[in-house]
Amino acid sequence: MRVEITVNGSRQEDEIEPRLLLVHYLREVCGLRAANVGCDTTSCGACTVLLDGTSVKSCTVLAAQASGHAVTTAEGLSGPDGELHPVQQAFRQEHGLQCGFCTPGMVMATVGLLAENPQPTEQEVREGLEGNFCRCTGYHNIVRAVLSAAGELSAAGDR
Amino acid sequence: MIPSPFEYVSAGSADEAVELLRRHGDDAKLLAGGHSLLPMMKVRLAAPSVLIDVGSIPSLSYVRAVDGELAIGAATTHQTVATSPEVRSQVPLLAWSAGLVGDPQVRHRGTIGGSLAHADPAADLPMALSAVDGRVVVLGPSGQREISADEFFVGYFETALAPDEMIVEVRMPVRPGRPWGYQKFTRRANDWAIVGVAAVDGRVALANMGPAPVRAVSTEQALAAGAGATEAARLAAEESDPAEDMHADAAYRRHLAQVLTKRALISAGVPA
Amino acid sequence: MSILGTRVLRTEDPKFLTTGGEYTEDLVDDRLAGAVHVFFVRSPVAHARITGIDLDAVRATPGVVAAFTGADLVDLPAVPSMPGFNPAMTQTLLATDTVRYVGEAVAMVAVEDPYQGEDVIELVGVDYDPLPPVVDPRAAAGDETLLFPDAGTNTVITYGEETDEQLFDDCEVVVTRTITNQRVAPAPMEGRAAAAAWGDDGRLTAWIPNQGAQGSKVTMARMLGVDRDLVRVITPDVGGAFGAKFGADPEHAAVAWVARAVGRPARWSETRYENLLGMTHGRAQVQTVTIGGRRDGKVLAYRLEVLQDAGAYPRIGAFLPSLTRLMTPGTYAFPKVESVARAVVTTTTPIGAYRGAGRPEATAAVERAMDLFAAEIGMDPAEVRRRNLLAPFTEPRSNGFGALYDSGDFPAALEKALEAASYDELRKEQAERRARGDVVQLGIGLASYVEITGGGGEAGSPNENATIEVHPDGSATILTGASPHGQGHQTAFAMLASEELGIPVEKITLKWGDTDLVPRGGGTGGSRSLQQGGAAVRQASRELLDVARERAADALEADPADLRFDVSRSAYTVAGVAQAAVSLGQLASTERLFVHTVFTAPGATFPFGAHVAVAEVDTETGQAVLRRLIAVDDAGTVLNPLLAEGQRHGGIAQGAAQALLEEVVYDADGNPLTASFADYPFLSPTEVPSFELVDMATPTTYNPLGVKGIGEAGSIGATPAVQNAVIDAVAHLGVRHVDMPTSPRTVWRAIVEGSAG
Repeated sequence: MRVEITVNGSRQEDEIEPRLLLVHYLREVCGLRAANVGCDTTSCGACTVLLDGTSVKSCTVLAAQASGHAVTTAEGLSGPDGELHPVQQAFRQEHGLQCGFCTPGMVMATVGLLAENPQPTEQEVREGLEGNFCRCTGYHNIVRAVLSAAGELSAAGDR
Repeated sequence: MIPSPFEYVSAGSADEAVELLRRHGDDAKLLAGGHSLLPMMKVRLAAPSVLIDVGSIPSLSYVRAVDGELAIGAATTHQTVATSPEVRSQVPLLAWSAGLVGDPQVRHRGTIGGSLAHADPAADLPMALSAVDGRVVVLGPSGQREISADEFFVGYFETALAPDEMIVEVRMPVRPGRPWGYQKFTRRANDWAIVGVAAVDGRVALANMGPAPVRAVSTEQALAAGAGATEAARLAAEESDPAEDMHADAAYRRHLAQVLTKRALISAGVPA
Repeated sequence: MSILGTRVLRTEDPKFLTTGGEYTEDLVDDRLAGAVHVFFVRSPVAHARITGIDLDAVRATPGVVAAFTGADLVDLPAVPSMPGFNPAMTQTLLATDTVRYVGEAVAMVAVEDPYQGEDVIELVGVDYDPLPPVVDPRAAAGDETLLFPDAGTNTVITYGEETDEQLFDDCEVVVTRTITNQRVAPAPMEGRAAAAAWGDDGRLTAWIPNQGAQGSKVTMARMLGVDRDLVRVITPDVGGAFGAKFGADPEHAAVAWVARAVGRPARWSETRYENLLGMTHGRAQVQTVTIGGRRDGKVLAYRLEVLQDAGAYPRIGAFLPSLTRLMTPGTYAFPKVESVARAVVTTTTPIGAYRGAGRPEATAAVERAMDLFAAEIGMDPAEVRRRNLLAPFTEPRSNGFGALYDSGDFPAALEKALEAASYDELRKEQAERRARGDVVQLGIGLASYVEITGGGGEAGSPNENATIEVHPDGSATILTGASPHGQGHQTAFAMLASEELGIPVEKITLKWGDTDLVPRGGGTGGSRSLQQGGAAVRQASRELLDVARERAADALEADPADLRFDVSRSAYTVAGVAQAAVSLGQLASTERLFVHTVFTAPGATFPFGAHVAVAEVDTETGQAVLRRLIAVDDAGTVLNPLLAEGQRHGGIAQGAAQALLEEVVYDADGNPLTASFADYPFLSPTEVPSFELVDMATPTTYNPLGVKGIGEAGSIGATPAVQNAVIDAVAHLGVRHVDMPTSPRTVWRAIVEGSAG
C-alpha cells in the first residue's frame, strides 16, 4: 500500500506492506536509525518519536497509521548546522546519557513532556518518563537534564 | 515482534467500519489507537487478516454534554479524556483513570473505545466505567444499542460486542463535585493494576479480581445500610474470584482489595 | 590548570544525541550488502529430547535461503568451557539431541527479508520428548534428575572445604539463615546481535556488540573451529553490557557459520523475548549464612555456604562463586571465617556475569548476616558494624581468602555515610512513627562494602596496552585494549593524554574494538578500564614525550636536557628561548610519531564504601518505596566527576532494582514467566529517587593515577542497604528477614508471619 508521511519536515511517498511498523519505516525506508527497538511489549520507549508533535512509541504505530501525518525524530531536532536542541544540549550538559541506546527516545519523550508540562516537578518528570527505560544512568541525570531543559526552554520562551 | 501479515483498510465513518466488519467477519479487527491490539499482534497472540482503521474518523473523537450526561467518542484518546476540562469537572474519576493508563506515549494513542473493547480485567477504564455507571453505545448492522458497563464486560478479554459491532460512544451520568476514590496498586508506575478499586456515590468496582471488573456488591450494600469505610471494605472481595499469578496469590489479592477499598471509600467521602 | 579532576563534558555525546549511536543492527556497510537475516527456533520446553525436526515446509517457502539444525553443525567443537568445570557438561551451537532450557536454540533459518523471519520459524516443526525439569538448584544438587547423564552429577564445580565443626563453639549467640540472592536479567537496552561476512581470503569479519573484541575473537575462533588469524572482530557502538556481553554466545558463532554456509553475509538481532531467555542471567545464589559472637557486638565467626545456580550450561556464572568466596569477610575483622560454594546445573538459562559478578553476592550475604546478628543481640546495626570493621590501613593486607586489599578506611566511609544521612534523626523519626503506630513505617538500611576491581583475566599480572599517535595537524589518536559501552572512555582517556601532551580533548580520538587494529586487550569489565587502560594511556603519553624530546633536540639542534615541554603549545622549546620551538604535530610531519606501551599493575585494587538506604513500607499492603539512598563510594582519585557520578548512579539503580523489584521467575516446569519487559519488572524512573553521593577518595599506589574501579561499586553497596532498609521498616513487627526482591506480597507475608510470632 501507499503511504505519504512528512518526516522531519520533508514529505515522502513510499510503497510499503501494511504491517510495516513506523519504527522500521523510519529506520529502513528513511534511513533514520536514531530510534531503536528495545523491547517487544511497548514498554521501553527507545523508539519514541513525535507524531504531529506528540510523543508516541513508533514500534506500536503502523506506518499506515502515520500516513497523512508528520513525524519528528531525534535527527530532526537539531538545527541545520548540527546545533543541538536545548533538550539535547541539556542531556549533554547533565551527562544524561551513557551507552546512548535509550537516548533518542528519551530525548523525544522529553520534548513531548515539556510541550505539555513546561515546568514539571521532579516527580512529574519521573512520571512523565515512565514509558522510557534506561539501564545505564539510573535516571538521576536524565531527571536533571529534563529539569534543566525546562528552565532553558522557558527562559528562551520556547514551547 | 512483527505481526503476521494482514490487509489494511481505512474506514471513513462508523457505518463504513461496521459494513467492513460484516463483510470480513471473524478475520477482521478494528484498529483505533492500536495500543491494545498491536501489542497482541506483535507477539502473535492475535492475528487478524484484516485491520479496519477507525482511528482517523473525526466524528468518533469528541467530549460533549448530551442530555445532561457526558458523551465521549470511542476514538477519543486517553490523553484527551484525562486532560479535558469537561471530563475533569463532570466525571473526575474517569479523567483520573484515563491519566493512569500506561504511560504518556500510550495515552497519546490509546482510545477509550479501544480499551473498553479490549476488556482487560486489570485495566483502568473498564473498572472506572463500571464505578461511574457508564454505558457503551454500540453500532451494528441493525443500528445502535446501549450496553451498561456491568453487562458489557462478560469475561477475560471478552465483551458483549457481536463480531460485526463497534463501540461508537461512551456515556455516563455526570457527578460534578462528588467525592470519589481511586486506588491502583502496582509494582511500577506503568504496570497494570495488581488490584484496582474505583469508588463513587456508593458504587465500588474492582480491577483484576476476576475475569471482568467486579462490582463489590456486598460492600455497596453495607454502605447503603450505613456502614463505615473499614467495615464495608471487609466485604470487598466477596464477589471476587481473584487469579493467582507471580504478583499475588488469591489471599493477598483479597487482602489488597479490602485495604484499597477502604482507602478509596475514605477518599469518596465515606467516614472511616 | 589541570584538566584532571574536572567535569569535562563527553565528546562522544553529539553523535548519540542527534543521529544516534551506530549499533550492530544499524550498520550499513558494503561488506554486508546482500546479507541474509538469521532467525532462531527456540525450545519452548525446559528439558526434553529432540526426536525430530522437520525443515521441509520452511525450506520450501519463498524467501527462505536456508535452514539448519544442530545436525548440520556436528563437526564444530563444543562451546568453550572453563578450567575445573565438569568436562561432560558441554554445549553445542544448536541443541542436538537434548534441550536443557526454554529458549535454547534448536534450529536456525536464513531469510531474505527480516520481516519474514517470525513467519517462517513458525513453519519449523520440532518434536520434543519431555524430560523432568530441574528448576531449583537445591533439587539439582540432589542429583535425582541429571542434565548430563555422562557427567554422573549436576555439580559443575565446588570451591573451598568446610573444615571446622567447632567454628561457633565459643559464641554466646549464633544466628543462621538461608537467604536468596535471586536470579536477575542484565537486560541492557541493546540486546545481542551479530553481523558476519567471510572474505575471499577466507577471513571472517564479525561485528558483535561486546566488552572486549580480543576475547570475543578467541571465543569465536574456537566455536567455529578455525584459526584465530582468520577471525576479525569489530565492535560497533554497544548499547550497554553489564557483564553479559563478554566473549561470544553460541548464536554469534552460528550466524558466522550461516554466512559461510550460504556464501553471503549474515545478520541477526535478537528480540527482547530472546534476550530475556537467551542472554546469560546474573546472580542466582542460595546462600546460608551463619554468624556468631558475643552479646557485646563482637562477631567471632562467620560462615557462608553458597549454592550457585549455573543454569543449563556452565558459563562464567559457575566460576563467580569463587569471587564470592574471595570476598566473603568483606570489610570486617572476623576472627574465624569459612566459605564454601558449589555450582550446579539446572534446566534454566545459563548464568553469566552481571555488574559486580560474584562480589555483590558476598556483600549482600555478610550485610544481611550483620543485621541478623544485630537483631539477635538487640544492638543498633551501625554500632555492630563499628565494632567489627577492619581498622584503616595504607599497606596492602590479606583478607584471608586470597584478596590483598590495597588501601582502605572502612570506618570512615561508614561514618561519612551515616552523617550525610543524618542517621540519628532518621532513627528518631522511626521511633516516633513506631510509637504512633503509623501505617507507613520508616526503615534505615546499611551496607559496608569492599570489592575487587581490575583483577585481570589476562595471564600474569593485570595489564592493559595503549598506543598513542600524534598527527601532523596536531591531533592525536589513541588505541586502547579497553572497550567502552557507555562509560565515556573517549573523553576520559583523551583527558589523560591531553593533560600530558597539551592537545585539546576534542582533537583526540579513541579507537578500540577492532582486532586488526588493536590485537591485544583485556576489554572493559571488572571496573578495570581507567586503572589499567587509563594508566596505559598516561604512560604512553609520557613515553611519547620522551621520544619526541630526542627528535625535538635534533630538530632544534639543542641538547635534550635543555628542552622544556610547553603543554600550552604542545611543543618542545629550548629553555629560555621561546621562539625556538617545535610542536608535536610538526615532529609528526617529518616522521610518524607514536608509541605503544603496556601498563602492568601490581594487582587488583579494592574500592570500598558505605551506603545508607531509607525506605518506607506501607504495613497494610507491604509496598516498599525507596525514599533516599546515600552513598559513599571510594574508588581513589576521581578523574572526571561527571563520569564517576554517572557510574555510581547507574550501579546504585541496578542494586536497588535487585533489592526491590527485579527477578527472573520460572514456574515449576521451567517455563519463564518474565520473558518481556511487561512481565520482567525492569526498573523504571518512578521506582528510585535521586541519589545522594558523598565524596571520598583514598588513592591507591597501584597505578600512577591513584584510581581504583568505580563501575560496579554502586550495585554492590545499594542492594544490601535497600534490602536491609525494607526489613528494618517492619522489624518492630517481628520481621527478621525478607528475601529479595522485597515485593509487596513478600513483605506483607513477612509482616503477617512476624506478628504471628
